[in-house]
Amino acid sequence: MANDPIHQFQISKLIPIEVGGLDFSFTNSSLFMVATVAAASGFLFLTTSNRGMVPSRMQSISEMCYEFVASMLRDGAGSGGMRFFPMVFSLFMFVLVANLLGMFPYFFTVTSHIIVTFVLAMLVIGTVVVYGFMKHGLGFLNLFVPSGVPGMLLPLVVLIEVISFLSRPISLSVRLFANMLAGHITLKVFAGFVTSLGAMGALGIGGAILPLIMTVALTGLEFLVAFLQAYVFAVLTCMYLNDALHPGH
Amino acid sequence: MLVTAAYAATAETAEHAAEGSFPPFDGSTFASQILWLVITFGLFYLFMSRVVLPRIGSILETRRDRIAQDLNEANRLKEEADQAFATYEQELADAKASAHEIAQAARDAAKADADAERAKVEAEVAGKLEKAEAEIAAVKTKALAEVDKIAADTAAAIVKQLIGGTVTKAKLTAAVKAAAEGGK
Repeated sequence: MANDPIHQFQISKLIPIEVGGLDFSFTNSSLFMVATVAAASGFLFLTTSNRGMVPSRMQSISEMCYEFVASMLRDGAGSGGMRFFPMVFSLFMFVLVANLLGMFPYFFTVTSHIIVTFVLAMLVIGTVVVYGFMKHGLGFLNLFVPSGVPGMLLPLVVLIEVISFLSRPISLSVRLFANMLAGHITLKVFAGFVTSLGAMGALGIGGAILPLIMTVALTGLEFLVAFLQAYVFAVLTCMYLNDALHPGH
Repeated sequence: MLVTAAYAATAETAEHAAEGSFPPFDGSTFASQILWLVITFGLFYLFMSRVVLPRIGSILETRRDRIAQDLNEANRLKEEADQAFATYEQELADAKASAHEIAQAARDAAKADADAERAKVEAEVAGKLEKAEAEIAAVKTKALAEVDKIAADTAAAIVKQLIGGTVTKAKLTAAVKAAAEGGK
């Protein structure tokens, strides 16, 4: 049981809450959502409370996060995209901190559940669709009609564009979810090799060195993935918001 | 503490959930996850957009303004320094020019003085020379005149000595004159 690599994704109720037949229990997942938000907010709030003209180290980390996301959004969606800055920043920080918290042993990884990443992806796509129609009206549908396509091909191209648009929330959410899930399973599997080989006597301990090295390397890789997936999520958000701002290709 | 408690609880429920579906695809947990995600992320978004981001934004803006202001100040001071340097150079050039002028004037004046002095001395010398020449000429004329008289007297004495007679003065003078003219 201890070596079951799926076990770490189990959701357990901490405070059972049920409303109208639906289960809204406060679970370990909810606990780590709260922890993620508390850690990110606390860090950003406390490090900037001095408002130093010359930033302290911690303050410059917060400033770097700010400028990192701001330049990402400005490059991806133009200066008009800055109205979505709080949303993109919140998404980036939430995903990043959730991923990083998940790297602690025995911690739950919020982003390893498809429903969480899907809700975040739907928030992005929902924003794109609502803002796109609000700003451009039906002109937003030009998004699906690339200019300069011959009339014969147009229905086909429009179909492809619509399908690619509809698949965005899925690809956005599955990418993050699958990366976190697969990474954590792989880590667990290799770490499990270490213990099971180590239990097999002297030869086993010698053989356990390889998966141990692998586990250490994978831990490093997972930290990279944790950051990279938050970055990818935010960059794609910026690109999709760019579509809402400038639907004409 | 909370985490280990959560882990213990997880281990407990895992026994009977193990043969259930893969946890991320277990639809029974979706409602709870969505609700708590909306609550936590919503609060996080509000806190970011209302408090944290305006604060960091204002910190960065203040710093940018301050840097721009300092740069402006530095530029202004640099311009002032350039101006002062240009003024200094100008004054130095003026001073050099006027010094040169003064030196030139002094040299000219000295030269003029020297020339005047020399002209005066030369004129004086020339005057003296002329006077001396005139005196010499007068002395010479007088001497020549004496010479004729002495010659006549000498001739009279010679004649008296040789022939024992006297010759009239008029005759002697005429003879001396003729001899002098013949000797010429």
